[in-house]
Amino acid sequence: MQSRALELLVGFFVCLGIAAIFILTMRVSDVSSIGGSHGYTVQAEFFNIGNLQEGAQVNMAGVRIGRVASIHLDPNTYEAVVEMRIDDQFKLPADSSASILTSGLLGSQYVGIEPGGAADFMENGDSFVLTQGAVILEKLISQLLYSFAGNSGDAGDDSAAGDELFPPAPD
Amino acid sequence: MSTLSRSLYTATTWIAEVGRSTLFLLRILASLPALVRKPRLVVEQLYSVGVLSLVIIVVAGIFVGMVLALSGYRLLVDFGAETALGTSVAFIVVRELGPVVTALLFAGRAGSALAAEIGLMRATDQLAGMEMMAVDPVKRVVAPRFLAGVLALPLLTSIFCVMAIGAAGGYYVGVEMLGLDANAYWSGIQSSIQYWPDIAAIFIKSGVFGAIITWVAVYEGYHTMPTSEGVSRATTNTVVIASLAILGANLMLTAIMFSG
Amino acid sequence: MKRPQQPDTSNETLVEVRDLHFRLGERVIYDGVDIDIPRGRITVIMGPSGTGKTTLLRLISGQWRQDSGSVTFDGQEVARLSQRRLFELRKRMGMLFQSGALLTDLNVYDNTAFPLREHTRLPERLIRDIVLMKLEAVGLRGARELFPAQLSGGMARRAALARAIALDPDMIMYDEPFAGQDPISMGVLLRLIRRLNDALGLTSVVVSHDISETLNIADHVYIISDGVVVDHGSPEAIRASQSAWVQQFIHAESDGPVAFHYPAAAYAADLLDSA
Repeated sequence: MQSRALELLVGFFVCLGIAAIFILTMRVSDVSSIGGSHGYTVQAEFFNIGNLQEGAQVNMAGVRIGRVASIHLDPNTYEAVVEMRIDDQFKLPADSSASILTSGLLGSQYVGIEPGGAADFMENGDSFVLTQGAVILEKLISQLLYSFAGNSGDAGDDSAAGDELFPPAPD
Repeated sequence: MSTLSRSLYTATTWIAEVGRSTLFLLRILASLPALVRKPRLVVEQLYSVGVLSLVIIVVAGIFVGMVLALSGYRLLVDFGAETALGTSVAFIVVRELGPVVTALLFAGRAGSALAAEIGLMRATDQLAGMEMMAVDPVKRVVAPRFLAGVLALPLLTSIFCVMAIGAAGGYYVGVEMLGLDANAYWSGIQSSIQYWPDIAAIFIKSGVFGAIITWVAVYEGYHTMPTSEGVSRATTNTVVIASLAILGANLMLTAIMFSG
Repeated sequence: MKRPQQPDTSNETLVEVRDLHFRLGERVIYDGVDIDIPRGRITVIMGPSGTGKTTLLRLISGQWRQDSGSVTFDGQEVARLSQRRLFELRKRMGMLFQSGALLTDLNVYDNTAFPLREHTRLPERLIRDIVLMKLEAVGLRGARELFPAQLSGGMARRAALARAIALDPDMIMYDEPFAGQDPISMGVLLRLIRRLNDALGLTSVVVSHDISETLNIADHVYIISDGVVVDHGSPEAIRASQSAWVQQFIHAESDGPVAFHYPAAAYAADLLDSA
């Protein structure tokens, strides 16, 4: 009878809708990054995180190993604290360093991890010792201009990795 | 003086209309629980508001996704940022365009049909006939349509968004036609779209829109003047009022959800 | 004022209308009307178009409320009932609308079964038996698969009649049942009303302005005009009425107490005036 066709069509419609919801949740927003029971959390403090947002990727050698879980400001040090959720399968040496990088010239920002050489690994709740904040383009340019104007021979020390190169803006 | 009294009269009729429609909504909400015992009525209405709106939603979703990808590409390629195409398409579709465009199409397709159907039932005494058979038309006719609208629109909106972002719409233009990297397309989307508030916004917004559209439609239909002119006016009113209400509600919902 | 709850079956009058006043916007529809509708009889309400005959049915069935006066059905004051009790009462009345008011998305069978399915928990087999009995009574058993759009006007009214008697009501109200009918279907409907009334022990109220036809089946006639009862009594008494107005009405004369011309200035003066 006609009721059978009706039920089939409505069932098809509802299944399609639920499939779409599923795709939106899993594929588009990648829900695995939130509330997932797997993985462990590590944190890093940065002077400046630029435009880094929650949900951004955490990469090591270009491979995604986790996501930024939360970002907040430490009221004592005035530094940004970035919590990252790392998949269980990836073990980070305890002396690894974290830096905030940009994919492409104007792309979204992500956290890049450089592995250290230590024998023991980071555990849940540990912090990175070495960090490098976001490169603020305007500061970089003004620094370059300043150094060109002052002394063209001493443009900067590219071997020193650290926040000293890009100090936080004075208040 | 007569201008003043006339505008006062207009204002009071308008306020009375708002009150009447609110009371009508409360009547509908009060008769929703009884539908548990008659799910069949809701399924029938899901067919007419949901399944019959499917084609227009799918086609519109594909076209909107393609257009967004094409024009977004032209804009982004000047900055060498075409890898952000997926992000921008998904952002626009998920946050604003998906819920709003789907709701506007739904108001035109299902809302007007709903108002005309109930209006005709009023005009041909079917509603009065039901009352005379001791059957409450709000329970039997209006409530199932309202519930079906509220359930159908989030599903339709999700389908619209997937069509616009996915393999037929934005993805097709960006990756298949313009040669972007498929991984960049998806990972860009994933890193910028959050489940909360972005995806959740789809369901909240479209649920609210669905309630608004069907509320306006059943109210206009139920209180139609029983003439053919009255039915046509109810249909027009439904589309106009529902569309404006959707745009207004969208502004408020966006402000609430994305202000933080 | 409390009314006795139990039905008062000893009373010969099923519906009692007393000193009814009702206005629709600015227009006065009823200005003090008394009507008694006796049990088991066919009462015909007649009057010119626009006198609110249909309004009377809406007041009796509680769809509208009167401004003052009372309408009681079987001892219960209709306008004072709660929605739930009103719906209980309506299961005891059927109403045949001018348009038939069949549900357009259901066929004749499902339309007739509609009140049974809504109000009873009867098994589908039993519903089928009842529906076929009712459809047989109106001669539409063979048309049960048809949808309302496929029915002629007369058939639609008969189908609606089958639906109206599905719950075995005490009273049926017919709203202009003969309007726009050809002579054959009018005859069919007339006989059907009489036969159902007698066979099922119904009380019938017929609102109509088809005088000669309805006078033939009526037991009791009310003539209403300008918000008041002009005359009432048996068909014979009405035919022999002394009132010039009633005579004009039942003989369909174009001029009389009811003037052919809408009130206007003198004809000659009007013509000269425009020059």
